Amino acid sequence: MAATSRKTTGTRAKSTSRSKGGAAKASPAIVDFTKEQELEAYRHMLLIRRFEEKAGQLYGMGLIGGFCHLYIGQEAVVVGMRMASKDGDQMITGYRDHGHMLAMDMDPKGVMAELTGRRGGYSKGKGGSMHMFSKEKQFYGGHGIVGAQVSLGTGLGFANRYRENGAVAMTFFGDGASNQGQVYESFNMAQLWKLPVIYVIENNKYGMGTSVERASATTDLSQRGASFGIPGEQVDGMDVRAVMAASEKALEHCRSGKGPYILEMITYRYRGHSMSDPAKYRSKDEVQKMRTEHDPIEQVRKRLLDNDWASEDDLKAIDKKVREVVAESAEFAQSDPEPDASELYTDILL
Amino acid sequence: MPIEILMPALSPTMEEGTLAKWVKKEGDSVTAGDVIAEIETDKATMEVEAVDEGTIGKILVEEGTENVKVNTPIAMLLGEGEDASALDAASAPAKKDEPASADTGGTETAAAAPQTPVYAQPVAPAPEDAQDPDIPEGTPMKTSTVREALRDAMAEEMRRDKDVFLMGEEVAEYQGAYKISQGLLDEFGPKRVIDTPITEHGFTGLGVGAAMAGLRPIVEFMTFNFAMQAIDQIINSAAKTLYMSGGQMGAPIVFRGANGAAARVGAQHSQDYASWYAHVPGLKVVQPYSAADAKGLLKAAIRDPNPVVFLENEILYGQSFEIPDMDDFVLPIGKAKIERKGSDVTIVSWGIGMTYATKAADELASQGISAEVINMRSIRPLDIDTVIASVKKTGRLVTVEEAYPMCSVSSEIGYQVQEQAFDWLDAPILRVTGKDVPMPYAANLEKLALPTVAEVIDAVKAVTYTD
Repeated sequence: MAATSRKTTGTRAKSTSRSKGGAAKASPAIVDFTKEQELEAYRHMLLIRRFEEKAGQLYGMGLIGGFCHLYIGQEAVVVGMRMASKDGDQMITGYRDHGHMLAMDMDPKGVMAELTGRRGGYSKGKGGSMHMFSKEKQFYGGHGIVGAQVSLGTGLGFANRYRENGAVAMTFFGDGASNQGQVYESFNMAQLWKLPVIYVIENNKYGMGTSVERASATTDLSQRGASFGIPGEQVDGMDVRAVMAASEKALEHCRSGKGPYILEMITYRYRGHSMSDPAKYRSKDEVQKMRTEHDPIEQVRKRLLDNDWASEDDLKAIDKKVREVVAESAEFAQSDPEPDASELYTDILL
Repeated sequence: MPIEILMPALSPTMEEGTLAKWVKKEGDSVTAGDVIAEIETDKATMEVEAVDEGTIGKILVEEGTENVKVNTPIAMLLGEGEDASALDAASAPAKKDEPASADTGGTETAAAAPQTPVYAQPVAPAPEDAQDPDIPEGTPMKTSTVREALRDAMAEEMRRDKDVFLMGEEVAEYQGAYKISQGLLDEFGPKRVIDTPITEHGFTGLGVGAAMAGLRPIVEFMTFNFAMQAIDQIINSAAKTLYMSGGQMGAPIVFRGANGAAARVGAQHSQDYASWYAHVPGLKVVQPYSAADAKGLLKAAIRDPNPVVFLENEILYGQSFEIPDMDDFVLPIGKAKIERKGSDVTIVSWGIGMTYATKAADELASQGISAEVINMRSIRPLDIDTVIASVKKTGRLVTVEEAYPMCSVSSEIGYQVQEQAFDWLDAPILRVTGKDVPMPYAANLEKLALPTVAEVIDAVKAVTYTD
């Protein structure tokens, strides 16, 4: 399958058509990855997968409190976008944010220690799972109010244009947030002022327990910018190559001053909305089918093996390394002390 | 080394549950993500997924078992190349490399609810004692309206820092709905003086995002009534991000505009939001009265690295005051001003409330009662020290504001004064506020809904026991 698809997929140069207004179901043509790109994608996605599995485990042990929203299943979205973006481009997202931070090369130790509420966490233990930031890595959070990050991300794009720095604000939100009013207020201003913002709608088919069909009058979310004239397309968010190809096109659109772009990533979360979600709103078969037939990591793994770019042993070695990084982060997240009591009253005002 | 599979917690409050069903049996191989068992609590049924690859070596807790404590080992997983003999080795009290389970062993629930050391309650730092700037002797005074003072403050700060920009409805080509931004578009151009669509929630979020990226936005609300559409972004995004990021990233931004009652505009356009914003840590809240307040405090707000809510008043915009004619007149946020010295009673007010306070003090003086009048200027931080010092001198306090009485700024001042100066009080603290009703439209009712000078005088007479 992978071998044949490699021969039959087109190139970006050929993908010139884009439907306007109607249902644009077709992703831009997929560009094959080089061996190095496949390996990079594999490593990065695997890191997110293993990190999230470990986070789930620590949550189960009571070491992570409150809300914990895992990204398992959606790894190709952030990794593909990061591979297409440049240093200086920003990311901002909602509460399902661990994958984005790892994609932006934030230190897994700092992320995991924030999940356990320790002083070595990115927010000194004061933010938690949903509230982490790294100015250094251009990650602007981590926001717990559904949809708020869309206006904030538009503001990052505004700052980019104000400073003429050529950067693009990659603003992520879910199918659930796509019904919030401020999303459309932001679309309007972004297109009116031609702000460099990519609106990345991670459509994992459920806003908490409510399917897109039950929440949205129109379900082709890529066309939600149509009334503002913002181009958008649907992308196979389970295929990291499709994500990267679409992201490159969208980034180029933004950088050339044409304004915002919408990418609807069709993806899937394997786990519940949060850790305490029994996920009764969907069948086990549905989850299992996505896992066995569309898993983003398995797709890359298969291509690496089919192309003889890596052996089973090579991949095991990668897995081992990733597990070591994750184990180290979990170790740190448990041994690092809680914040000092004096931190209660710091960082309120400058 | 075999891996212990532990009874997971479904939520931070779960301590035990029922192991309802084993989906995998001993000898079954599993990969990460496979469902291996189902557990139940009184709230939900959840599937337990494998985290590691391997073969189920031994099931330690049979299905149907109730009250299984969180973190109890429920099964042993054999890794690649391991067989059942490894289980015996593991049952010895060996430590495993799985970091967390090693020390929790047995059926203790300690890990589910980690023992939190009891900390001494840290004390909030005292605010710095800011002082008004020295105004050099002989500095000439000039007359300025509040409107001009606000415009001049913005213009001066925009000249000083190219990252400062103004956005809002009608601020540019229309020159401001209340003409506060008169002339700014001409001087600074459309890149820095930006007309927005009527979209408060969106442009407030956009402004906060730009501030997080390091710009210095001034977001004008035509009135603060409309800022209720945007209050989530002001509080959840602007006020809390510095804390939630451990000090990495804040939002240097000013939210300004007309606040409180204008005249005859009805309930939805007549409300004072001072106590709403003053409630929130991470915000500064300023409510100027005079043109000098407006200029000096707005310049300070624009330079402040924190989000500042700057509450103006439409009735005051056109009023004229004397203002020092000097180059860089900046007032400290968080410092009250004693507008008038007195000895018999302390009248505390801010913003438009000061108009009632000062008129009442004039009238009282003619009747032989000496009132000290304090203009708070800032609501958060609140300069309670200046109030306490005055109350210790006069023994009596009356507060004046146009806002509703319930949970008002007056309530807070009254609370703090009784806490810190109880023994100095010679009478109960009285509040003169707007009435506890939505603002009516009818002229006579609107007058009744607002405070009056007579009410202030009556309150002062009550606390000084004079008639």
